[in-house]
Amino acid sequence: MSTARAPGTRSAATTGTSAKKAATRKRGAKTRRPADRPDTGRGARRTGLLTAMLRIRRFEERCVELYSAAKIRGFVHLYIGEEAVAVGVNEALGPEDAVVSTYREHGHALARGIPAEAVMAEMHGRTTGCSGGRGGSMHLFDASRRFYGGNAIVAGGLPLAAGLALADRMRGQEHVTCCFFGDGAFAEGEFHETANLAALWNLPLLLVCENNLYAMGTGIERHEAQTDLAMRAASYGMVAWAVDGMDVEAVEDAARRATEAVRAGAGPHFLELRTYRFRAHSMYDPDRYRDRTEVEQWKGRDPIGRLTERMRENGELEDAELARIERQVTDEIDRAVDAAAEAPEEPVENLLRHVTSASISSAEVR
Amino acid sequence: MAGDGRPEERGTTYRQAMREALREALRSDDRVFLMGEDVGRYGGCFGVSLGLLEEFGPARVRDTPLSESGFVGAGIGAALAGMRPVVEVMTVNFSLLALDQILNNAATLLHMSGGQLPVPLVIRMTTGAGRQLGAQHSHSLEGWYAHIPGLRVLAPATVEDARHMLAPALADPDPVLIFEHVTLYNASGEIAPSTAPVDLDHAVTRRPGTDISLITYGGSLPKALAAADELATEGIDAEVIDLRTLRPLDDAAVTASVARTHRAVVIDEAWRTGSLAAEISARIAEEAFYELDAPVERVCSAEVPIPYARRLEEAALPQTADIVAAAHRTVG
Repeated sequence: MSTARAPGTRSAATTGTSAKKAATRKRGAKTRRPADRPDTGRGARRTGLLTAMLRIRRFEERCVELYSAAKIRGFVHLYIGEEAVAVGVNEALGPEDAVVSTYREHGHALARGIPAEAVMAEMHGRTTGCSGGRGGSMHLFDASRRFYGGNAIVAGGLPLAAGLALADRMRGQEHVTCCFFGDGAFAEGEFHETANLAALWNLPLLLVCENNLYAMGTGIERHEAQTDLAMRAASYGMVAWAVDGMDVEAVEDAARRATEAVRAGAGPHFLELRTYRFRAHSMYDPDRYRDRTEVEQWKGRDPIGRLTERMRENGELEDAELARIERQVTDEIDRAVDAAAEAPEEPVENLLRHVTSASISSAEVR
Repeated sequence: MAGDGRPEERGTTYRQAMREALREALRSDDRVFLMGEDVGRYGGCFGVSLGLLEEFGPARVRDTPLSESGFVGAGIGAALAGMRPVVEVMTVNFSLLALDQILNNAATLLHMSGGQLPVPLVIRMTTGAGRQLGAQHSHSLEGWYAHIPGLRVLAPATVEDARHMLAPALADPDPVLIFEHVTLYNASGEIAPSTAPVDLDHAVTRRPGTDISLITYGGSLPKALAAADELATEGIDAEVIDLRTLRPLDDAAVTASVARTHRAVVIDEAWRTGSLAAEISARIAEEAFYELDAPVERVCSAEVPIPYARRLEEAALPQTADIVAAAHRTVG
């Protein structure tokens, strides 16, 4: 049984507030071919994208091993297959911009620059983890990088993102808040409340919907009456379009255009990134609800494979260079795993720390 | 003194006192802004923010759509980014639509992030019954919020507390919920010209006494004080403790009072089952059991959705006569 549509994306622009605007968006929505880009530095840029995606892929493959070895526990939601989204979007963001993420956020965190060591230590529940061992896989935070989690309530991060954007706007700062969420969030009131509020107040918010076609085990045709998510977002009066989420350069291109517009004061923008997770929803999920051929078809569009192929065709990637990148990434993850295994666990005496600000420096709690 | 040089009115209402507190906060700190349903042009559902839009403009007195989760969450996000939002939710019943944001984000982010993300947010809302508003506008659910680690929960019961609790609430680095009892808005009282900010960590003795402790908060305080007056005519000298802060509870004040009087009645407008009154009774049993000369009594609302009809509503709520009767049972 396959409830999801076949792989492939419509580069459909969506309805807007005026026909003229919609037409502009439609033209703009077409993915620029790589050939349209100036050649200068293209190879190096692609190498950067490839490295970032491979880091996430190999990190998560290692997570699977560590989970099987009971070094990591709890829920672990793998991003494998969706790496182009985190990496492409992050390319468009600056260090002063804010990011709000979901429980499937290893990729967002690593792309944002949170060291693999800090993420791995967090998953090991160690005191050196990016949330001090209190968050785990679903709750990665890094205030210094304006990475605001790691929200495990579907759509729960959206109102928060609107508030971050509101604060930046009230203080006249030209930052963008980028909020990731999945297709499942469209069924939650918090998505719609936030979309309305953001459009009403013209907030500098980039809404990034990772449409991987499943809300846990429920296919999008079974959870949304209208599956054209970009069109629905546009109904709030914001610019919205759908992008091939399996092509990191298409994602980057769309994210750059959206982010520039948001930064320039054009109000919230919405990107529907059509993507797919190659693995099950979580480590507990037997994945009985997806057709094998559907999964295999999408694996044929692996964003890492596609970029590698494109680079080879253009003579931008030698075998030796790919091997070097793989080695670099593997070394980084090896170091992260070793460091996490050796890192101290938080003493139980500190159990009540951080419940309130007053309890940060002492064990007292109210 | 008000900021414009006029002497602040000394005789004032709870509503005016709360408005003056908001005005002062907006004047003294650029990071403060007020946000909620009808807080701007309408002047606030209960008239608290009347005139503030004209004085501070629409960026700082923001009317929101009817999206409790959306604008409470936005308040949390703005607080994370360094602002000091005051979010008004019309009633505690409506706040249930924002419960996800209050519990899963506001109360949790500091801990879940390993101490990186404090949420300096104030959320104000009305609570309680007594105005025949029926079951969806009249409940007292502050006890639910007092259950949650990471929150501070306040219940200003007097005009002075309405005036002077907001500033320390805004100075708290963590989320603070302020519950304003709906029957108190028209209460009037005196405000001393140079009152210090309220100490949010401690309960206050509203009436000293030696024979029995009446422990209460918020909208039940006037009833407890009236009961104490009535008991005095019978020669029973009741002490009235106003908890002020429902989380963290000032156990020491409660225990000290019980150690003086050896008898306690807890008055709480919420339902009795699983209530703050239950919590306080348990703490007295844990910490002052051997001080007690009689079992702790509780006066709470009847276990019924608060009805509309006046006679039924009055019968559902703790009344002065109920408190007096409970005191009689205790004194025996």
